Amino acid sequence: MLVLGLDVWEKVLAHCLEGAPLEACGLLGGQAGDRAVAERCYPATNAAGSSRVYTVEPRDLLRADREEEAAGGELIGVWHSHTHTEAWPSPTDVGQAPDPGWHYVLVSLRDVEPTLRSFRIRDGNIFEESVVLE
Amino acid sequence: MVDVRLPTILRPAAGGAATIPAEGDTVGEVFADLVAKHPALRDQVLTPDGDLHRHLNVFLNDDDIRYLGKLDAKVSSADTLTLMPAVAGG
Repeated sequence: MLVLGLDVWEKVLAHCLEGAPLEACGLLGGQAGDRAVAERCYPATNAAGSSRVYTVEPRDLLRADREEEAAGGELIGVWHSHTHTEAWPSPTDVGQAPDPGWHYVLVSLRDVEPTLRSFRIRDGNIFEESVVLE
Repeated sequence: MVDVRLPTILRPAAGGAATIPAEGDTVGEVFADLVAKHPALRDQVLTPDGDLHRHLNVFLNDDDIRYLGKLDAKVSSADTLTLMPAVAGG
């Protein structure tokens, strides 16, 4: 389960909409665990500058890691947008997912109403998890 | 002595440590010392040819070593090397 603060969700969505039609991305920070809590988010530059793939700009990654450590939490996941497809991990997402402990959050802008879903990716397998907004 | 900070995903290969002190005058020498101390890290940070794995970001203090000469970048004591896996997808 991933608990997402409403302010985090608003910030994530705003960054995704600003980035469209390119994929937007960023990091989530907070408390890890079975009931992980994303307390903070760190919008990042998509260094790939693409509507089909993303790479979190390495300096944004370092900055987020340091800020999160200073805030007493840890990076617990990453989000990115799919501008023309559903919120489901692509083969590229699965192949490049580095951390089985992370939460991989997808935001789809394909439909009028944006959708957010969260996944764990382990050994090439996709496990969807519930998301609670609070 | 340089502090090498490891991301969570690499810590099991280093006995669970988050930070490992290592010696060397260049990033390459520090990596050599690091993998000598923790051989299980080798395949996760270096290619069979001894280059940095392309999915690994390495920062010398605040700077990406890609812009500092990569493995030839000079380091001095009190520097910190931070390793982070690239975060990417499609």
